[in-house]
Amino acid sequence: MKIAVASGKGGTGKTTVAASLIHVWPDPVAAMDLDVEAPNLHLFLHPEEIGRCRAFMEIPEPDESRCTFCRKCSDICQFAAVKVLGEVLMVFPEMCHGCGGCLAVCPEGALRPGKRELGEIIWGTAGAAPFIMGRSRIGEAMSPPLMRQVKAHLSRIAPPQIDLIIDAPPGVSCPAVNAVMDADVIVLVTEPTPFGAFDLGLAFKAFAPLGKPMGVVVNRAGIGEDAVYRLCERQKIAVLAEIPYDRAIAEAYAEGRVVADAVPAVRGIVEALARQLQAMDRPAPKEVLHG
Amino acid sequence: MSKIAISCDEPSLDAQVDPRFGRAAGFLIVDPDTMTFTYQENGQAQAMARGAGIQAAETIIRAGARAVLTGYVGPKAFQALSAGGVQIVQDLANLTVRQAVERYKAGDIALAQEPNSQAHGGGGRPGAGMGGGGRGGGGGRWR
Repeated sequence: MKIAVASGKGGTGKTTVAASLIHVWPDPVAAMDLDVEAPNLHLFLHPEEIGRCRAFMEIPEPDESRCTFCRKCSDICQFAAVKVLGEVLMVFPEMCHGCGGCLAVCPEGALRPGKRELGEIIWGTAGAAPFIMGRSRIGEAMSPPLMRQVKAHLSRIAPPQIDLIIDAPPGVSCPAVNAVMDADVIVLVTEPTPFGAFDLGLAFKAFAPLGKPMGVVVNRAGIGEDAVYRLCERQKIAVLAEIPYDRAIAEAYAEGRVVADAVPAVRGIVEALARQLQAMDRPAPKEVLHG
Repeated sequence: MSKIAISCDEPSLDAQVDPRFGRAAGFLIVDPDTMTFTYQENGQAQAMARGAGIQAAETIIRAGARAVLTGYVGPKAFQALSAGGVQIVQDLANLTVRQAVERYKAGDIALAQEPNSQAHGGGGRPGAGMGGGGRGGGGGRWR
């Protein structure tokens, strides 16, 4: 099964929960950090690196000598990445989403395939777990193209039948949706504050159309107020676990330790969470499609 | 004198110059010799999540403008306008269109040599993780 650990609000404890789940997971499991703008799962799992490679996306490169300024390229581009400005054919590489449309429609061969670096893919092993992460090039504005390549690369380092835990980026926009869209279960980590509740509501709205089972982990339980609990009740989404607000957890985190390893009380909580998640994925007889 | 585009939100010489270039409501395309004008909507650029400045630049170039009078121009719009041979005059947001055109005709303006606004659009991170140690390098042996 594949589990994505996501959140609306950033800084709620996605990585704390993801690293802990990987640590206690009862079956063979791989770890994937898809928060490519600020990956940090490796800071807790301390994987041994096996390899890394740079990732690129195909973008157009202009050959003005062949351009007849017909504008077919700029008409098909929805992102203003290629434009005819007077008698100048201009490509804005950072705007390009890599669809290849302009390359396909240019009748003159005035656009050729070039590339933009997206970032790098790094893989290795964390204990017994295959580990993979992406890291965006500084200045790169788009995450999903790199995330797709990280996901594709996973099949080269981990056998397909083992479980997968994904550390997703925060928020509810394209990167977050991209990180959870292939998961069997989505775990949303939140905190019992008004900000936590507001963003959890956004996450429910963003991810519900995917039709996947969702569950909530309330981190720093005991602070703030009960709005997140009321929200979960209203939306009929189970609170799967509560992690207390505890100095020992913060200390373990600050030392780069897996909290479920360092704090015995949390280990029990996360083990129970893992059992519930496995139960959520157990397909009912009619929906064997998941496999 | 060739045509000038001025960012503004209504088809009138007495409209206020719109400080935004890429996300301006529209552009008055003015013939400075006769002060006749047409109004060019900029809705196509306004609808874009990113790249509004590039789109607006294309719009006014296709409308035949050889100069633009506006408030703020970002780096990509600046690049697009420069490629299209369009003169750029910035920081005119406190004027009416008519005043801006008169200033331009009198030569009482400075042509911009560089953009006066940062790149924006596109969203950005909604809230960083607490860890964030990997950002910009510095992730131990993994960087």
